[in-house]
Amino acid sequence: MTETQKVQDIESIRVKYLKEQRSLQLRNLKSNRGLIIGSSIILALIIIAIFAPIITEFDAYQMKASQRLLPPDNVHLFGTDEFGRDLLTRVVYGARVSMSVGFIVCFLSSLFGLIIGVYASFYKVLDNVFMRICDGLIAIPGILLAIALMSALGASIWNVIIALTIVYTPSIARIVRSGALVVKEQAFIEAEYVQGAGDFRIIWLNIVPNILSPLLVQATYVFSSAILSEAALSFLGAGIPEPDPSWGNILQASKLVINKAWWMTVYPGVLLILSVLGLNLMGDGLRDFLDPRTKNYGKRK
Amino acid sequence: MSKPILELIDINKKFSVYGSFKILGPKSYVNAASNISLKLYEGETYGLVGESGSGKTTTGRIILGLTKADSGQVVYKGKNLLDLSRSEFRHYRKDIQLVFQDPFSSLNPRKRIGDILEEPLIIHDMGNKKQRQDQVFKMLETVGLQAEHYFRFPHEFSGGQRQRLGLARALIIKPKIVVCDEPVSALDVSIQAQILNLLKDLQKDLKLTLLFITHDISVVRHVSNRIGIMYLGKILEEADTDDLFNNQLHPYTRALFSAVPDFTKSYKKRDTKISGEIPKLSEDFKGCVFYARCPFAKDKCKNEAPLTEEKQEKHSVSCHYVEKFKER
Repeated sequence: MTETQKVQDIESIRVKYLKEQRSLQLRNLKSNRGLIIGSSIILALIIIAIFAPIITEFDAYQMKASQRLLPPDNVHLFGTDEFGRDLLTRVVYGARVSMSVGFIVCFLSSLFGLIIGVYASFYKVLDNVFMRICDGLIAIPGILLAIALMSALGASIWNVIIALTIVYTPSIARIVRSGALVVKEQAFIEAEYVQGAGDFRIIWLNIVPNILSPLLVQATYVFSSAILSEAALSFLGAGIPEPDPSWGNILQASKLVINKAWWMTVYPGVLLILSVLGLNLMGDGLRDFLDPRTKNYGKRK
Repeated sequence: MSKPILELIDINKKFSVYGSFKILGPKSYVNAASNISLKLYEGETYGLVGESGSGKTTTGRIILGLTKADSGQVVYKGKNLLDLSRSEFRHYRKDIQLVFQDPFSSLNPRKRIGDILEEPLIIHDMGNKKQRQDQVFKMLETVGLQAEHYFRFPHEFSGGQRQRLGLARALIIKPKIVVCDEPVSALDVSIQAQILNLLKDLQKDLKLTLLFITHDISVVRHVSNRIGIMYLGKILEEADTDDLFNNQLHPYTRALFSAVPDFTKSYKKRDTKISGEIPKLSEDFKGCVFYARCPFAKDKCKNEAPLTEEKQEKHSVSCHYVEKFKER
């Protein structure tokens, strides 16, 4: 066999194998109902958030005193709020704030949690330092800690993100650390030592890929709790400041008029529930999907 | 005989056992290796045999630098490996490799076979991407696997195939010495034979020196040239394989060998039976480590540790009463 032929040979094997894998994955995906439903809900919410200006022609900030608290009709599909702003517009723009706060918090706390957790598991001295700090942070109830941080930092979107990241990083760091401790003791990590691999290679190319799936699952849960916490903070007046819309502060405003205008409570509430439900379904589905060892070849569990 | 390629001199290793309060210091110690000295000659297979807990795996791990010895030397190429720092040691990693006992946990489940086999080549900076890939394909062929396995994940293989992959990974950087830590004890008998024969063929082709750690006496007879018998962190007897199988000088060795079920020979009257359990590892022995279970033990055995002496040619043993015992 000549060299070029051999190369082609290898290439064709690779293509064939990848095709096989892809069809298997597709079959797994199709049987995973939670993942499909959850991710389509989240996808829909993301699309709504991105295309908010196209969906409604109203301004989210402009107040019209004459149109206060109108019930849902053809013009205002979700009705209007106590300042006469279109509620659909407020909710849709609120999705932008809530989803992006949730996503950024989820991303940042996963990143920091991963780094802290994996290095804590690897170096004993760092373990004691990092984990005691995390213990301290976990000991304070999350929402209280967030409120305290918000009152220290002042109300703004970025401060909400910073506060929630500080609240959620320890829980991710713990999950990553416990996963990494298990992986670290496996024989294949020992094999890396025997081969003479450096710490960086062992940590990032061998330990991290093995804890990505619990991390990803935990990250979706953090995503949903971050959305909830942001709403809770805004509801308590410590989150996104008015007049920026977020599901939390729309709910806060609706509290005063709950007897007169049910729509102000129901619509942002439903979206909040939908997003959390979608993310949790997605998290469960991902866990089943990601582990190559639990492939069940098209059968439902 | 030629010069030894690797020499262990007086290796000692104690593991600390802690009680409920770690600050108070260790409660007791476990002697995993005491005064272990052995020589590996180029191209031979040295079988290290012993029960569970006799310290044979610890000895292997000390050679590989996975466990730090308390004292002693591991001499390779005129250098004591135990004195080297981790980065200096890396250069010698290439020459000393390990085959694992458990083929299921020794391969990273998230990596494709090709990447697993290529990794040692990347670590030691050998060749460019294409050369490395070629080498991986060649190695897959050498251990009896196909090129199409390159892109698969470890969980798609059987135990025997995985052990072949473990072998391939150890051999791909062309080591001089391979420590095999019970490489076949997790496999069923028919696969065992395949792997052992493969190992023997590869040893011949690549001129490997093997340290073969096992508890399986029939396996060790099949593969090794020389055998060391370990008990409680000590090498009690060491001899050429044929010599040892015909003429055991230490009572423990004789008991161990007579415990192997043998369907081809009739029941031997000289069977040595030992009773009782292996004593607590944390005990400190003033005398012979085998004293508590030895059927021929005398007072001297209790109070005075026997020295390892070469009683016959290339046959060393550590027992006070070798001559008397032989007559029995």
